[in-house]
Amino acid sequence: MHQVVCIKRVPDTETKVKIGSDGKSIDLSSVKYDISPYDEIALAAAVELKEKHGGEITLLTLGPGEAQKELRKCLAMGADRAVILKDDNPFRDPASTSTMLASYLSTVTFDLLYFGNKAVDSDGSQVGIRVAQKLDLPVISLATRIEVNDKEVTAHREIEGGEQVVAADLPCVITAQKGLSEPRHASLKGIMAAKKKPLEEIDIEATGEKLEIVSMETPPARTEGRIVGEGVEAVPELVRVLKEELKIL
Amino acid sequence: MAQGVLAYVEHRSGELKKAARETLGEGKRCATTLGTSLTAVIAGNNVEGLTAAIHEAGADRILVVSHPSLEEATTDGTGRAVVAAIKEADPALILFAATAEGKDIAPYVASALDAGLATDCVGLTIDGDSFTAKRPVFAGKSLINVKPVDLPLVASLRPNVFPVLSEPQTGSPEVVNLPFDDSHASRLRIKETKAVAADKVELTEASIVVSGGRGLQAPENFGLIEGLADALGAAVGASRAIVDAGWRPHEEQVGQTGKTVSPQVYIACGISGAIQHLAGMSTSQTIIAINKDQEAPIFGIATYGLVGDALEVIPALTAAVKAAKEG
Ligand SMILES: Cc1cc2nc3c(=O)[nH]c(=O)nc-3n(C[C@H](O)[C@H](O)[C@H](O)COP(=O)(O)OP(=O)(O)OC[C@H]3O[C@@H](n4cnc5c(N)ncnc54)[C@H](O)[C@@H]3O)c2cc1C
Ligand SMILES: Nc1ncnc2c1ncn2[C@@H]1O[C@H](COP(=O)(O)O)[C@@H](O)[C@H]1O
Repeated sequence: MHQVVCIKRVPDTETKVKIGSDGKSIDLSSVKYDISPYDEIALAAAVELKEKHGGEITLLTLGPGEAQKELRKCLAMGADRAVILKDDNPFRDPASTSTMLASYLSTVTFDLLYFGNKAVDSDGSQVGIRVAQKLDLPVISLATRIEVNDKEVTAHREIEGGEQVVAADLPCVITAQKGLSEPRHASLKGIMAAKKKPLEEIDIEATGEKLEIVSMETPPARTEGRIVGEGVEAVPELVRVLKEELKIL
Repeated sequence: MAQGVLAYVEHRSGELKKAARETLGEGKRCATTLGTSLTAVIAGNNVEGLTAAIHEAGADRILVVSHPSLEEATTDGTGRAVVAAIKEADPALILFAATAEGKDIAPYVASALDAGLATDCVGLTIDGDSFTAKRPVFAGKSLINVKPVDLPLVASLRPNVFPVLSEPQTGSPEVVNLPFDDSHASRLRIKETKAVAADKVELTEASIVVSGGRGLQAPENFGLIEGLADALGAAVGASRAIVDAGWRPHEEQVGQTGKTVSPQVYIACGISGAIQHLAGMSTSQTIIAINKDQEAPIFGIATYGLVGDALEVIPALTAAVKAAKEG
C-alpha cells in the first residue's frame, strides 16, 4: 500500500503574528516553524495503517528548501521518503497550492492521500478537497477513524451535530480531523534512520493565484472588560448583566 | 459575463438552518448593492417545501435539486449538484455558510469552477463591481483582505456574524427545478449517520456558548456546565485540556484545533485562556469569564469577569438564571 501525506510547514501556534512593512504579509523574521497540527495527525494515522498493512509512506510539501527540517522530523515518525516541490511564496493562495500539488500527484500512484483538514496559517480548509476534485477521487473529509480492507476504506467522519460512517474505493483522499490518531514522538532510532531516507527537491512551475492579498490588519482590540466581583456574592450582579445589559434572560 | 449573487442553502430536518438565513441575508444585501438579484440553490431529497422560507430569507430565484441520492449532503454529490446549478445561473459571487457542511462543499465547488475561495469571512465589501473579503488567518491573530483575480468569487461566511434580513421578503419567488444526473451521485457509500438529538443547540451556530476547562477539576463536574447551558438555552463547549483528558468529545473543543465560534455571549468557566483557545472564540460579541485566578489570561479579553471557584459559582448562577427566567 502506498500512502502519501501532504505536510505543510507553518509558523508554530504560539507565534505572535506581526504584520510586515508592506502591510500585506506577515513578518517572518523571528518565526519558529512546525508541522501543521492536523498534518501531524494525518501522518500518525498513515503510520498506524502501514504497521498493519505494510507498504510505504511518501511525504509531500510545497514549500522552501528549509522545510527539510520538518520533513526529517516526519521521516523520523515513520515515513519512508519525502518530496519538496520548491516554492518560495509562504502566502500562496490555497487554490494555486492545490493546482500545483495536484499536477505533481497526477504523476504518482497511491492508495491513500492525506491532508490536514486545515493548515493553521492559512486557515483555508480547502486544499485537500480541491486536490480530490482535481484528481477526480473520492474524498472523506474530517475523518476521525479509518480502516482499510482489501480495496476499500471505511471511515468515521465528523458531521455537524453528529458522526457518519462511510466507505469508498481506493485510491481515496482523506482529510484529517483530531481523533484520527495520536501524533507520536520520534524514537532515537527513528531519528537516526530518518537521516538516510531519500528527500528529493523538485522544481515546479508556479500557477496563477485566484485571490490577491490587498492588506492585512490586526484584529480590533476588545474593549477593556470589568470584573463584576468575587465568588458567589457576585452572582446577582452577573445575572443583572445577563438580563439588563446583554438581554439574554 | 458572470453577474448576480448565488447562495447555497443549508437545511436540516425540514428547516432552514440559521446560518443559511444569514447567508441569504448577506446575499440579498450584496445583490442589492450590485443592482442584481439573489439566486438560492437548495439540494436534498423532497426539499421543495422550503422554497417559501428561502424566499422570505432573501432569495428572488430558487434553484431546487431534489434527488434521493442527495438525502444527505456529501462533498462530491452535493458539490456536483451545486456546480450544475451555478453553470445555469452564472453568478459573480457565490456564498456558503462556513459551517462543517459549507466548508466541505465550497472547496469542491470552487475547484470545479477554478475559482478563488475565501473561507470563514467576517466581512464582505462591494465597491462598484469589485469585491473584497475579510477573513481571519493565523487562527484569528490577523485579518486578511483579499480580492478575486477573476470572477466568480466563492466565499464562506462565519456563522453569527452576518445578520438575517430584518423583514421577511414578501411576494413570490421564481422556482426552477433542476435535474440531477445519477452519475453525479457521491462516490462515498454512507453506512450510518448518527445525529445528536434534534433539540441540541449546535456549537458553531449557537448564540450563547457555555464552555468548561480544567478548572472544573473532575469530569463529573462537567454536569455543572451542561446545567448552566440548559438554563440559558446555550450550546456546550470545552477546552482542549479536557478533551485530551477524555472528559469531553472532540466535537465540543473550541480553539485553533477545534471549533471556531462567534456567539453573542461566550461564557468560559475554569479556562485559562491559552492563545490556541482564544483563536476559537475571540470574535464572540461578549465574553464572560469565571476563573479563580484573577491573573488568568482569559480576563485579558473578557468583557465581564467573575473571580471565584467555578464549582460554587456555577450552581448559584444556574439557580439565579432559572429564577430570573421564571420570574
Ligand atoms: C498545536 C496546539 C493546538 C491547540 N489547540 C487548542 C484548542 O483548539 N483549544 C484549546 O482550548 N486549547 C488548545 N491547545 C491547548 C492550549 O495551549 C491549553 O493547554 C488549553 O487551552 C488549556 O485548557 P484549560 O484552560 O482548560 O486548562 P488550564 O490551562 O490548565 O487552565 C485551567 C484554568 O482553570 C482555573 N481554575 C482552576 N480551578 C478552578 C476553580 N475551581 N474554579 C475556577 N477556575 C479554576 C485556573 O486558574 C486556570 O486558569 C492547543 C495547544 C497546541 C500546542
Ligand atoms: N504548501 C503545502 N504543501 C503541502 N501540503 C499543503 C500545503 N498547503 C496545504 N497543504 C495541505 O492541505 C491542508 C489544508 O490546507 P488549507 O486548505 O490551506 O487549510 C494542510 O493541512 C496540508 O495537509
